[in-house]
Amino acid sequence: MMKVLTANRLADGIAVWLGANGQWLESIDAALIARHAEAVDALDDAGKSAFNNNVVVDIALIDVTEIDSEIYPIRLRERIRASGPTIRTDLGKQAEFRQATAA
Amino acid sequence: MYRYDEFDHDFVHQRVGQYRDQVERRLSGEIAEDAFKPLRLMNGVYLQLHAYMLRVAIPYGTLNGKQMRRLARIARDYDKGYGHFTTRQNIQYNWPKLSDTPDILDELAEVEMHAIQTSGNCIRNVSADHFAGAAADEVADPRPYAEILRQWSSNHPEYSFLPRKFKIAVTGAERDRAAIQVHDIGLHLKRNEAGELGFAVYVGGGQGRTPIIAKKIRNFLPEADLLSYTTAIMRVYNLHGRRDNKYKARIKILVNETGKYEFSRQVEAEWQNLKETVLKLPEYDLAAIAAYFAPPQLQDRPEGWGLIAAGKKNDSGFASWVHQNVTPHRHPDYSVVTISLKPIGGIPGDASDTQMEVVAELAEKFGHDEIRVSHEQNLVLPHVAMADLENVYRALLEAGLATANAGLVTDIIACPGLDYCALANARAIPVAQEISERFDSLERQRAIGELKIKISGCINACGHHHVGHIGILGVEKKGAELYQVTLGGSGDEQTSIGQIIGRGFEPEKITDAVETIVETYMGLRQNPDETFLEAYRRVGPAPFKEALYGEKFKAA
Ligand code: SF4
Repeated sequence: MMKVLTANRLADGIAVWLGANGQWLESIDAALIARHAEAVDALDDAGKSAFNNNVVVDIALIDVTEIDSEIYPIRLRERIRASGPTIRTDLGKQAEFRQATAA
Repeated sequence: MYRYDEFDHDFVHQRVGQYRDQVERRLSGEIAEDAFKPLRLMNGVYLQLHAYMLRVAIPYGTLNGKQMRRLARIARDYDKGYGHFTTRQNIQYNWPKLSDTPDILDELAEVEMHAIQTSGNCIRNVSADHFAGAAADEVADPRPYAEILRQWSSNHPEYSFLPRKFKIAVTGAERDRAAIQVHDIGLHLKRNEAGELGFAVYVGGGQGRTPIIAKKIRNFLPEADLLSYTTAIMRVYNLHGRRDNKYKARIKILVNETGKYEFSRQVEAEWQNLKETVLKLPEYDLAAIAAYFAPPQLQDRPEGWGLIAAGKKNDSGFASWVHQNVTPHRHPDYSVVTISLKPIGGIPGDASDTQMEVVAELAEKFGHDEIRVSHEQNLVLPHVAMADLENVYRALLEAGLATANAGLVTDIIACPGLDYCALANARAIPVAQEISERFDSLERQRAIGELKIKISGCINACGHHHVGHIGILGVEKKGAELYQVTLGGSGDEQTSIGQIIGRGFEPEKITDAVETIVETYMGLRQNPDETFLEAYRRVGPAPFKEALYGEKFKAA
């Protein structure tokens, strides 16, 4: 099972995902995917260290799959976190992402 | 309404100061999350799916125009331009930054508001009938007692670490609009034969995982004994309430397991030691608090009767709105206006900053500067002269706030659900939206009559689904959303817990199921005056099961 590491940023609470370069990203798109047990352990360690360093809170390893090389969380809860409220598509990642592509 | 005195101001400002320091130390890494989390929760700051959430207390759902304007400003300056009014008569902001929350609390303190005790195992915001002080059927205004309870329970050291959260509701009318029988303590303010004020006391009600209707343990408790008796209840609970199992920690479980008579015996025994102590409310204290809630000076405005009649004739939209959203006031020339936060297809309980400002302005101009938040997620202007109703209606219409559906099938309660809430199993709001759209015809809604649909996104039941005439509970099954339907619940003076009707429905089938239930009711009601609830109580679940599950059910 493929996994990515997610959390909420301490200072503003915004949902973030750990990227390949060790940065916490506001979009799931470039999250680092762990494809085997050692990689999952490494993500777990990175999460604990970011938590201990007061960068993020509520860390979780979540199951994802890839569809057309896009990261797609398995659980609806995580899909909603990755996009924003389904009833306000003008808010959250879905809106910010659109703005970014439009720009 | 109540105004802070010097002590209140000091207390709230000091508290914001402490919290500001805690946030700064958290952000600098001086305090770890485990230590900080309970501190932020004590100040109403949760962490949800997308961001932090701030829950602001609106004591017994009463606020004035200035406070509403401030809530609007906070929505605009610190959030994303809207707020969500909840079934606890509070408001929640969905996107505040942790680093901004001390400033938000300062803004609130300036208008005598705060977020204290909106979380944690303490006595939460005391809720009350949203028509309090105005309704024609009221015996007395319950809010002075709610305020006394608020002051007594605020920061009370004995109640800072209860086994679990604790909710008190007060009503002052026979018709229970505050759902007191599904609260930890429910108080029904009434008069005895001698004309004295006191309370019927209910204890051990609640929703959530184990819905239980409260037991009445006192028929009439003199008003002076409110705090001593409540203290006695709290002491029995604090002593015997379970702390080993979160799911069995509410007072409802204790009362249920102890039994009503034994529980009440313990309370009475405890009370004997308390009743003649400082907790006895002196008359001058009662009078002093009651004075804050003195009814506004209402001039006679008899011209309103004619104006309304003419207005209704000229405009059917206005006529419908008056019919549905306007309730009798104790002054014959006035009325109580329900502002629906349930536009067809909208998000139940959400209001934009500009809408909040419109409501504030209307309250100041036409409503004696009073606003209420109802547990049904609507707003209320409790004192509007009938002569001003048309002006109020026009302004609401322009702001998208004049939906004429109070108490109808589209006046749906829905919790934030999986669109925001970290505890959710399924979404609640989209279900409400689809049902609302399905029943968008006002003619159809009115033909159906009073019907309360309540939706929760998990078993915590913030959407009150257990007491919905039709209750909908979102669950997660095999990774997908599924909606369980209960029928026959009610949160009024004849409280009942809805019964599960059968297996759940997929998201794309739940609206059809609701429609089937409604059509079944329409087909079997004895006359158009027999409400859904009355009909359900008469016929029971069988016809609905058959309509929903067909022959299979019959065979089973
Ligand atoms: S009922 Fe559940 S999903 Fe809904 S707001 Fe409460 S905790 Fe969240």
